[in-house]
Amino acid sequence: MSRSDASKDGTGGAFSRRGFIRGAASSAVALPFAAGAIAKGPEAQISEIGSRTPAAADSVDSQAVALRINGQLHSLSLDPRTTLLDAVRDHAGLTGTKKGCGHGQCGACTVHMDGKRILSCLTFAVMAEGHDITTIEGLAAGAGELHPMQQAFIDQDAFQCGYCTPGQIMSAIACVREGHATSAADIREYMSGNLCRCAAYPNIVAAVAQARERMQED
Amino acid sequence: MERFAYRRATSAAAAVHMARATPELPGVHARRSAADSATQFIAGGTNLTDYMTLNVLQPSVLVDINRLPQESHARIESRTTGLRLGALVRMAEAEEHPVIRSRYPLIRDTLVLAASRQIRNMASLGGNILQRTRCEYYREPSWACNKRLPGSGCAALEGINRQHAILGTSEHCIATYAGDFAQALIALDASVQTLGGPSGGRRIAFADLHRLPGATPHIETNLAPGELITFIDVPAGPWTARSRYVKVRDRQSYQFAVTSAAVALHLDGGTVREARIALGGVASVPWRARESEEFLKGKILDEAVATKAADAAFSDARVRAQNAFKVPVGKQTLVRALLETQAMQV
Repeated sequence: MSRSDASKDGTGGAFSRRGFIRGAASSAVALPFAAGAIAKGPEAQISEIGSRTPAAADSVDSQAVALRINGQLHSLSLDPRTTLLDAVRDHAGLTGTKKGCGHGQCGACTVHMDGKRILSCLTFAVMAEGHDITTIEGLAAGAGELHPMQQAFIDQDAFQCGYCTPGQIMSAIACVREGHATSAADIREYMSGNLCRCAAYPNIVAAVAQARERMQED
Repeated sequence: MERFAYRRATSAAAAVHMARATPELPGVHARRSAADSATQFIAGGTNLTDYMTLNVLQPSVLVDINRLPQESHARIESRTTGLRLGALVRMAEAEEHPVIRSRYPLIRDTLVLAASRQIRNMASLGGNILQRTRCEYYREPSWACNKRLPGSGCAALEGINRQHAILGTSEHCIATYAGDFAQALIALDASVQTLGGPSGGRRIAFADLHRLPGATPHIETNLAPGELITFIDVPAGPWTARSRYVKVRDRQSYQFAVTSAAVALHLDGGTVREARIALGGVASVPWRARESEEFLKGKILDEAVATKAADAAFSDARVRAQNAFKVPVGKQTLVRALLETQAMQV
């Protein structure tokens, strides 16, 4: 997904739940953020989103960090304390990756770095420079065609609230590629880093098994 | 999280040099404790980042060592005499390595049974062995903790101490060493190679790396400030192929050990020629159970003998209000590990 697509998706452009919440929140605290962001292009929008995070606000030594996310280079100015998770969500505007616990205990923030699943909440963004980051937005082939794992989660009803789902899907794809999805027991063990508070676990195991077959055909 | 300066090293020598330089950031306030070294090396960051987020660790300089030459520092080298593991090898890489899987099953077990695959993809072996305790009173800066803030006391002594250690503790600290991989290393007589020590590089026996808490629980290892672990060496022995790790947890996966046992056996028929044993989840540091090893030498291993060996391992246990259960559970864990290791097809 390109950066301009991301803005259509929810950070500005068209009316959306996220855009509405941002607009409401910024008017409540008298920050004319959303309106300004919409008026300007995606470039300006990204830097303004960045300027709102507390870490950036009190920092004197933000540094240039170039992140390659879903094949696209994002040139960001980041406080070294910024996690990859916050950089992806708040600075690159890709909000599909979710913040769950922020302590590496739930797996909601799982992304791929050079094809391997990692936790973006425990990675400083500056350390991800030079690596290929893939988020949930980078999976679909385009024209509405979902990744086999995304389709499998829908087919198997593998979520209820959906908050852990992007992390589950990123983790599950890696799990299959690693060769650790050969049995239900194997899937449960190698997916144990992704918690689902709705406890959709049997359906998640079924979804991974379904997608495994499709992924092996490809 | 406190501010820090980020530095990227491309060689081990540069990393050590950067750690020595320790430039202070303007405006960075005095750090809270001596335990909190001004400079920290960061590789996977799975433990350090978390503790920085919680303000438990507040380094003013982070030296990123991920870009050290991968061909040496991220390499697994297998020789007839043993294994040389680059400190930057990731846990997941080691657990998948064919030689480790076939000839060092204990090492493989300790890695596979630790954390989650995401964390194992990130965490380096060098960082893993230096991981900090997960004691809840250490994790939360509002509590008294001699390890985090020397002299402040230990809230765990009379607190919720179900998870705490029963071996190697002191009246100043009963925190548990949480790692699994270290139990394999101490059982197998591993050593670490370092750079930037008091007189340059040196080799430290793994058993001498961690320090008992005693009166100074904030000093966790015998590494000098700014000293970098570069390699881990594991000697091959007649016991390494017949080795196994049993880990008992509150949930089946992705959980620290309540109790665990690392066992490596050199058998002559049913007789134990040599046993190597370490215990996890129960001690303040990686814990070698030499009393059990001595007891088993020359004996024919069965359940009764294994039980006596386990009794010897826990004879010095000192329990608190909530962790007395770790004595019987720890013994049963070791008995199971001994018998399962004996039954391995090697």
